Amino acid sequence: MGQGFLQIILTLVLVVIITPLLGNYMARVFLGKQTFLDYLLKPIESRLYPLFGLRMLEATNSTGLQYVKDVIASNLVMGILVYLILMTQGFLPLNPTNLSAPSWHLALHTTISFLTNTDQQHYSGETTLSYTSQVLALGFLMFTSAGTGLAVAIAFIRGLTGQRLGNFYVDLTLAITRILLPISIVGAIVLLISGVPETLFPPVTVTTLEGANQVIAVGPVAHFEIIKQLGENGGGFFGINSAHPYENPNPFSNLVAILAMMSIPTSLIYTYGIFANNKRQAWLIYWMIFSIFAFLIIITAVGEYHGNPLVNNNLLGESQPNLEGKEVRFGWSQTALWAVMTTSTMCGAVNGMLDSLMPTGGFSTMFNLFLQIIWGGQGTGTAYIFIYLILTVFLTGLMVGRTPEFLGRKIEKPEIVLASVILLVHPIAILIPSAITLAFPETLAGISNPGFHGLSQVVFEYASAAANNGSGLEGLGDNTLWWNLSATFSLILGRYVPIIALLLLADNMSRKQPVPLTSGTLRTDTVLFTSITAGVILILGALTFFPVLALGAIAEGFQLAG
Amino acid sequence: MLSINDFLKAIRVTFILWTITAIIYPLFILIFGQIFLPYQANGSLIKDNQNNIIGSSLIGQPFQSDKYFWSRPSTINYSTEENAGITGVSSASNLAPSNPDLIKNIETEITKLRQANITPTADLVYTSGSGLDPHITPQSALNQVDRIAIARNLESTQLQELVKSHTEGRLLGIFGEPRINILKLNLELDQL
Repeated sequence: MGQGFLQIILTLVLVVIITPLLGNYMARVFLGKQTFLDYLLKPIESRLYPLFGLRMLEATNSTGLQYVKDVIASNLVMGILVYLILMTQGFLPLNPTNLSAPSWHLALHTTISFLTNTDQQHYSGETTLSYTSQVLALGFLMFTSAGTGLAVAIAFIRGLTGQRLGNFYVDLTLAITRILLPISIVGAIVLLISGVPETLFPPVTVTTLEGANQVIAVGPVAHFEIIKQLGENGGGFFGINSAHPYENPNPFSNLVAILAMMSIPTSLIYTYGIFANNKRQAWLIYWMIFSIFAFLIIITAVGEYHGNPLVNNNLLGESQPNLEGKEVRFGWSQTALWAVMTTSTMCGAVNGMLDSLMPTGGFSTMFNLFLQIIWGGQGTGTAYIFIYLILTVFLTGLMVGRTPEFLGRKIEKPEIVLASVILLVHPIAILIPSAITLAFPETLAGISNPGFHGLSQVVFEYASAAANNGSGLEGLGDNTLWWNLSATFSLILGRYVPIIALLLLADNMSRKQPVPLTSGTLRTDTVLFTSITAGVILILGALTFFPVLALGAIAEGFQLAG
Repeated sequence: MLSINDFLKAIRVTFILWTITAIIYPLFILIFGQIFLPYQANGSLIKDNQNNIIGSSLIGQPFQSDKYFWSRPSTINYSTEENAGITGVSSASNLAPSNPDLIKNIETEITKLRQANITPTADLVYTSGSGLDPHITPQSALNQVDRIAIARNLESTQLQELVKSHTEGRLLGIFGEPRINILKLNLELDQL
């Protein structure tokens, strides 16, 4: 067990080391300061903006409402393009296995799912989508959806710190040309070296040593794999995602994938610290989230290490780790670590099956989806953290009778209303469709595991959609008209309502007159305030969903133990 | 609300970003891979002396005969069954720890292993994540040595040496788990 935890600790040390480096770089990019790629990219970018039709004034200065309009219009156009590619894949080139178009509702769900940075998949890549669909449609959205999240987070941070929001298209371009694309190019080559394929050849048919006929799916995987991880997309090229030896062939590729997945959501908190000129607060928030994160990793890893008592006591006669749905090269520790990371960062890729995790793992993964801020999704997760901070300012303000202020600006009714919308949309998008689905278990639900776990399967699917995560308890029979459409509802609600509210809130804040700092000001960069925030997060986030956790993972845990 | 101008901008941006991220970037990686790393880029395929492809060093194969080291249980039998079609498949059981079917499957695997006189280990009774797992643990390989020694009329010590020399360690001695590539090991076995 000690060696397994050593792997986990050293991986986390690497994550912490990357945080200030990448965080500082991202801040310089979005503050318009000099970075090492300037001489190469400045000329290209400056030619792109006129092509976009941006005027100079617009490029530096737009209102919250214009930012929202640009997000919606661009996402709509991108979604239509991708939907058309998916629906015509039967006529398009690079389709070596002659796949026809998916059903309209699967194509719709897939499009919205990738557009919202979720990448929930109700299909298997190798049996459903052609190389054209994977590269020209989904691979494209992997960049733009991640870029959209980053742009919104930066605009939100600008607003909070009293600056104008900026221009969406400029931020989106910078997110792609300065952050996502350069890291992806290096990462894709590193993954290629480690063994991830990049080819347009059709699947390979071989005769195995024992004479069976084996069909091996290949494809342009490497370039897809790295942005899948880096952009918190998580939609696998192959059905079985990063457990597939071609997506993740060895512990080295696994480490690269983990660092890519963790780096942006963690570093963005540091980026905030630079924008707000308060690194102390950034680190306080960082370590607060890190401690909840570490706790979830520990209980998950211990659960997998101790294994399934029903198997160990009755069949094997000794304690062995739970390896159901796991690959030997990753074992219990790397799989448990990945499971918590992928649900916390809203990546959603898996290197072992979440459905087969022990109940402590089921608890941790769902807990991450419910809270959404233990790192959280690309950009949006960081923004949600500040929604909790604003709420805590409001609560503590009420308790001690002071005017609530955050970063020297008053928090008033419109801000609290917008913050409440962001927090309430999540349970609405999860619990209401879950209740409807569970009311018709035979016709709608498609549950594959009986008992308490079945409840988790349904709620997890909507939680994953609403949190824009994309992982799933994949035994669920989810490629049906009902699942595709109802999950699409949660995807859209969980993505665009919070983004609109975040941008409007930031716009409000940026227009407020700063209040001078006095001895009566409630400081938000103290250990005490951060601890109260943690309490608010746990009470609000956990209590909303506690009944579901109690009836799902916790009940399953007691059932197995007893 | 949204104006025509908003949409015109959106269409222009979409087209340009699409060209960069969906065409130029993948094409660059594809050409780079095919020129400089053709072995990995095409799936790390293993060829025999007649230049026929006999498998991939990253993808497992099913082994059932007494002459070979057995691989892990797979729900899709390593993409060799009818449902692999022409595309190939990957899949896992997705059985929850509390699912009675999981216990039944494991009972079947354990019976099979005990009949072959192999001590059951976790990796040989639980199905893998991808259904294509190319590895087993060193312990699982050692547990099969006696059976293969009898079937092939070889010395057990010779096979133990073979297992040891095929064990891949952790990355830097830290990350991942020690493992044995089942296809490479069985290929070597045929060379003895």
